[in-house]
Amino acid sequence: MKLFRFSSPASFYPLAGKLIPFFWVLAGLALGIGLYWGLLETPDRLGGTNPQKEYYRIIFIHVPAAWLSMWLYLMLAVWSAIGLVFNTRLSFMMARATAPTGAIFTFLALVTGSIWGHPSWGTWWDWDPRLTSELILFFLYVGYLALNSAIDDHRRGDKASALLAIVGLVMLPIIFWSINCPDPNQCAALHQRSSMSQMEGNILFAMLIMTLGMWMYSFATILTRLRSIILEREGDTTWVKEILEKEA
Amino acid sequence: MSEFLSQGGYGAYVWGAYGLTLILLMAEVWQLRRQRRTIFTRLSRMVRLRTRGDQA
Repeated sequence: MKLFRFSSPASFYPLAGKLIPFFWVLAGLALGIGLYWGLLETPDRLGGTNPQKEYYRIIFIHVPAAWLSMWLYLMLAVWSAIGLVFNTRLSFMMARATAPTGAIFTFLALVTGSIWGHPSWGTWWDWDPRLTSELILFFLYVGYLALNSAIDDHRRGDKASALLAIVGLVMLPIIFWSINCPDPNQCAALHQRSSMSQMEGNILFAMLIMTLGMWMYSFATILTRLRSIILEREGDTTWVKEILEKEA
Repeated sequence: MSEFLSQGGYGAYVWGAYGLTLILLMAEVWQLRRQRRTIFTRLSRMVRLRTRGDQA
């Protein structure tokens, strides 16, 4: 299989280096269009009978960041699982490179949600199911990173933190279904049920293009971090020395 | 323009959220550049040390 050629750090390092500029360009384009569209081409109100006012424009950061927080966690867990099953070094490095970006987007989803919550719900924070489960997701990212770096032997650290990442997967369906609580008396959800088909077209477009931009941003930063991790861990090999001589 | 900036009186919320996002993402990119530079400096110093050791 040709694909497996790139599963070794030595051959993936230059490939990642070639991909990163493309992701930066795509990120810049999508985020530029998304910001322009979201801030200038959208109506001042969101929703029908009791509309949200201009503060709803936080949606163009909040929703993409929240989506990314979950997708990147899925990536983190999948790379961890591949690493555990096939014992491939690069998969663990991928997982390790994904976690900080995922943690940042989780933090952003929480904080922008809090900023949005104050004008719309009248509170910065509430222990509602979705907010709480997203906060736990943030702690999972932090826990993964702490565990990964706490163990000196990084092969053991990789395996231990990979297990944590896989166990933490249970949070994703909880976050996803936390606004569709079976019994509203048991757990009142602050997020209203949303459906993309009911959204105003310009708002939906800006939100989706911002999501695309943040995806591209994530790929660029994750691959950049991955390259640093590869250099760090493969520092003793001849191919890294050749790279150092070339760039010196 | 000032209408755009005020966002119907919710400017602090909207720009606060956008500003924080910008700061965090820029901080991540800056940290990545620094990390890469640090690793390069350390590894090339090690390579130099080792080649000097070979010659001695």
